[in-house]
Amino acid sequence: MVRGRIIVAGSAQGELLRLSAPISFWGGVEPTSGRIADTRHPEHGVCISGRVLAIPATVGSSSSSAIMLELIRENTAPAALLLGTADAIVALGVVVAVELGLGTVPVLEVPWQQILDLPAGQVDVAEDGTVRAAGAA
Amino acid sequence: MNVQLTAEEKDFLSGAHGEAGAMAMRVVVSAAEMLGAASLVEITSAHIDGCLYHGDGGVEFAEALVAGGGRVAVSTTLNVGALDLLHPEMIRGDAHRVAMARRQMAAYVTLGCAPTWTCAPYQAGHRPGLGEQVAWGESNAIAFVNSVLGARTERYGDFLDACCALTGRAPLHGLHLAEARRARVVVDLSEVPDALKGRDVLYPVLGTWLGLEVGQEVSALVGLPATVTEDQLKALGAAAASTGAVALFHVVGVTPEAATLEQATGDQAPARRIRVTADMLRPALDRLSTVGEGAATIDAVAVGSPHFSAHEFDALTRLIEGKHSLVPFYACTGRGVLVELEASGQARVLRDAGVEIIVDTCVVVTPILPSAEGVLMTNSGKFAHYGPSNTGYEVVYGSLEDCVESAVCGQIRRAEEVWQW
Repeated sequence: MVRGRIIVAGSAQGELLRLSAPISFWGGVEPTSGRIADTRHPEHGVCISGRVLAIPATVGSSSSSAIMLELIRENTAPAALLLGTADAIVALGVVVAVELGLGTVPVLEVPWQQILDLPAGQVDVAEDGTVRAAGAA
Repeated sequence: MNVQLTAEEKDFLSGAHGEAGAMAMRVVVSAAEMLGAASLVEITSAHIDGCLYHGDGGVEFAEALVAGGGRVAVSTTLNVGALDLLHPEMIRGDAHRVAMARRQMAAYVTLGCAPTWTCAPYQAGHRPGLGEQVAWGESNAIAFVNSVLGARTERYGDFLDACCALTGRAPLHGLHLAEARRARVVVDLSEVPDALKGRDVLYPVLGTWLGLEVGQEVSALVGLPATVTEDQLKALGAAAASTGAVALFHVVGVTPEAATLEQATGDQAPARRIRVTADMLRPALDRLSTVGEGAATIDAVAVGSPHFSAHEFDALTRLIEGKHSLVPFYACTGRGVLVELEASGQARVLRDAGVEIIVDTCVVVTPILPSAEGVLMTNSGKFAHYGPSNTGYEVVYGSLEDCVESAVCGQIRRAEEVWQW
């Protein structure tokens, strides 16, 4: 079990997807499919929809908020975001999605080493900012 | 953590400025919490990048602000949109995208923003002064307003830029504070030949190197001549903000917070000193061209990222007058500059030479280039950086002189000797 700093509160469950490199959502993720579109990214082609998505760091354009909003609108968003480095730009897209009544995605800041220690497979993200293997106490 | 709010800021939250004002303040306060800001800061100007269409959500957001009675609280300019509103036939794209992009642009005007549609608002009469607190979006404009004008902004992105404009507030953090503005890295340019420092072609390359080298650190550049032009600093900042998250650089003896190196560094020892050599700039120059060794021809030329200034058009006119481009030649600018070009007759001279003047948008944010692939030549570090991923074109970087010479013969012509020292 790890405990993250809550950036956007919420609970979720999904299969953990750990990216092995930082990503820019703008230019890096295709909102209609939820797939990683950046051909230079190691997880190019992988779908982030419904996953508990762990990202070491976000980079690049401030238009990434807009892409996060589009992912939520299109029902292609990750189930939750675990950020190795806090990022207000992606999280702001979630804040705006909530304001527009489109839905939400929990966002936590979790030290990357702790993310690496999580077991693969289904994980639960809880309101109190904890992340643990699904079904674990 | 709790953000300390004034009575006026709480009034926004309770709806005293309408539902849009309340929503905007909720977003600003959320951002302040995420960023760890203890309070908000009053701003005097905003520049909104959120008017560029990325999907229908951006339209719904802007129209929600309009429906909630939103009105900007400070002087607010608009960055490029996805359409050339004056020459709509220039843009390809499906009907839904065009209609939604138009709605998004219209909504921001209804909110009271000035329809500047330019990524160089600082050359369209919007120039905040030294020490002014502002909230600007668009990476090149952020770098310029912080570095060249000495106003203070953090890097604001979509939605937050508009919410700052509606509330007249921004989270008090980062580059709004003096401490974050001092240079941690000193860049010594004394080895770069004066002849190269006098050429425009240096600055996008220097910026490309700077962004890769310093990331988001604040730097102080030492050894640039006092004659460095505003357009050269604009090009430097735009390139640095493309390859790195550079939001502020100082040029000692030139920019307003760097009369001396001591002022730029806040009299503290820098974390790093770098002496720039030819070996460092060469890879940055090479990075700006993606065509293979054997490439000989070009299919298009694009200049004007950031948007071309009147001065840059003067230089282009001098070079191309009386000649004719064999390939499509796009010059992107703000509509304010176009008015000047039309009045002076320069627009006709340029069009006669085959130059298409694009306003309100540019070739890397919306479909303008004639096909899905080809070779694009540019004098812009930013076009060279984003061109391949956003347009599918390979790019060749050269000076404005190189671009004109190449356009006239359709072949790549580049003066290489300036880079040898």
